[in-house]
Amino acid sequence: MAEAVVLLDLWVSPFGQRCRIALAEKGVAYEYKEQDLDNKSPLLLQANPVHKKIPVLIHDGKPVCESLIIVQYIDEVWSDGAPLLPADPYARAQARFWGDFIDKKMERSCISNLHMNFQSLFRCELNANKSSAFCSFSMDQIYEYGTRLWKLKGEAHQEAKKEFIEILKVLEAELGDKKYFGGDAFGYVDIALVPFCPWFYTFETCGGFSVEAEAPKLVAWGKRCLERESVSKVFDDPVKVYEILKQVYGFE
Amino acid sequence: MDQQPPIPPSDLKLLGSWADSHTHRVQLALKLKGLPFQYQEEDPLRPSAALLIHNPVYKNLPVLLHRGCPVLHSIIILHFLDDTWPHHRSLLPSDPFDRATARFWSHFADDKLAPAVAAVFSSEGDGQKAAVDQVHQNLKLLELELGDGGAFGGRRFFGGDEIGFLDIVLGCGSYWLAVFEEVMEVKLVDPEAFPRFHAWLRDFEDQREVKETIPAIDKLLEYARTVRQMMLGGVATAAAGDNAASN
Repeated sequence: MAEAVVLLDLWVSPFGQRCRIALAEKGVAYEYKEQDLDNKSPLLLQANPVHKKIPVLIHDGKPVCESLIIVQYIDEVWSDGAPLLPADPYARAQARFWGDFIDKKMERSCISNLHMNFQSLFRCELNANKSSAFCSFSMDQIYEYGTRLWKLKGEAHQEAKKEFIEILKVLEAELGDKKYFGGDAFGYVDIALVPFCPWFYTFETCGGFSVEAEAPKLVAWGKRCLERESVSKVFDDPVKVYEILKQVYGFE
Repeated sequence: MDQQPPIPPSDLKLLGSWADSHTHRVQLALKLKGLPFQYQEEDPLRPSAALLIHNPVYKNLPVLLHRGCPVLHSIIILHFLDDTWPHHRSLLPSDPFDRATARFWSHFADDKLAPAVAAVFSSEGDGQKAAVDQVHQNLKLLELELGDGGAFGGRRFFGGDEIGFLDIVLGCGSYWLAVFEEVMEVKLVDPEAFPRFHAWLRDFEDQREVKETIPAIDKLLEYARTVRQMMLGGVATAAAGDNAASN
């Protein structure tokens, strides 16, 4: 009897995309359920009562929450597929470190960069009927950066841009000349980072810098990842992402 | 059962700080797994050359060196210990769903509970009241999970009959609750409001290995009082400065 695998998700969410990529890499069949975060379903509220967020993987009726925890779960359950984490304990520790770094730094820097250029986070709430789901998946971070920074413009914008570029350079240095972050095999760290790549176009366009100029190896890595079917199937067109962000955050 | 050769103490070195709960997590884990190690006390405010070399990204503690190679972040270190020494007492559960559940609540501990507890310590007046409420909200969630129908319902410890990964993560740090209750004169872990959490914490702190790891309560109290005075002194100095400037 096939095990029931359900993914509660939002198409545009980079966190949900991590899970979709991992499931595809392992060849796991699943039911995708798009969630309306303005009207949270009873299923979502039951599956993630603590945070009420997506993504949630429900396997045989049991919910697993938080994207990188889900990716590790997928790796451990469907262990006959190609491993997402390396076998060597030290390499595994390094992969976990970079996954955590991407969660801590990249995501926060992305959101803070958006709010540097555009109207305050309160405009996001007013646009509630247009893709507020996009806002709500990272509301914690938005509030953290938005309320602190929305009054500042020029200098804070430069600071946020500088921080983002620094993060790119750290990741570029870690990648080096490897094919993927883990070496020859596509894996955990690649999965953690690649959903943020479509956002680069938005930052470049509005931030006035070139990601390729700052981190050419990272850009080449992104293109290599896109050659994988698991990634290309979930990859958002960067221009489409730009249009969505433009609508949600209200910038020209 | 396979026998691994004895581990020389020089293979493992822990850079940590005596009052740091994340350092305690690793010390406790090493003790539970019976792994000998060297310990180097660090001053978090004055990182040593070794710390800066081994943790250039965050420059924080703890850092575990295994044959000179650094492993960072207490939760990652605990995973590393299980991966490297799987035949020594396991910290994480073996079932993938149980592992995911333990990871979820360990993330909750660091992302929600710890900052709320820290906010109690660093705030005053209405801000502190709000912080205390937040701690209570978080403890309520854990209390639910320890109850019937919860993820850990009916268990003595989060790990079952013995302490494991989540007990280590939550337990090393929960002693600050009692310390802050005394120093800040607030009620955080009311045994009537949170009977299961209270019982779990009492049983955790009663474990031999835990007693050997966590510093004596009077040392923690003295440390907390000193830091609190410094914080308040800083606020008073700033206020005096503002007054002087406006006069």
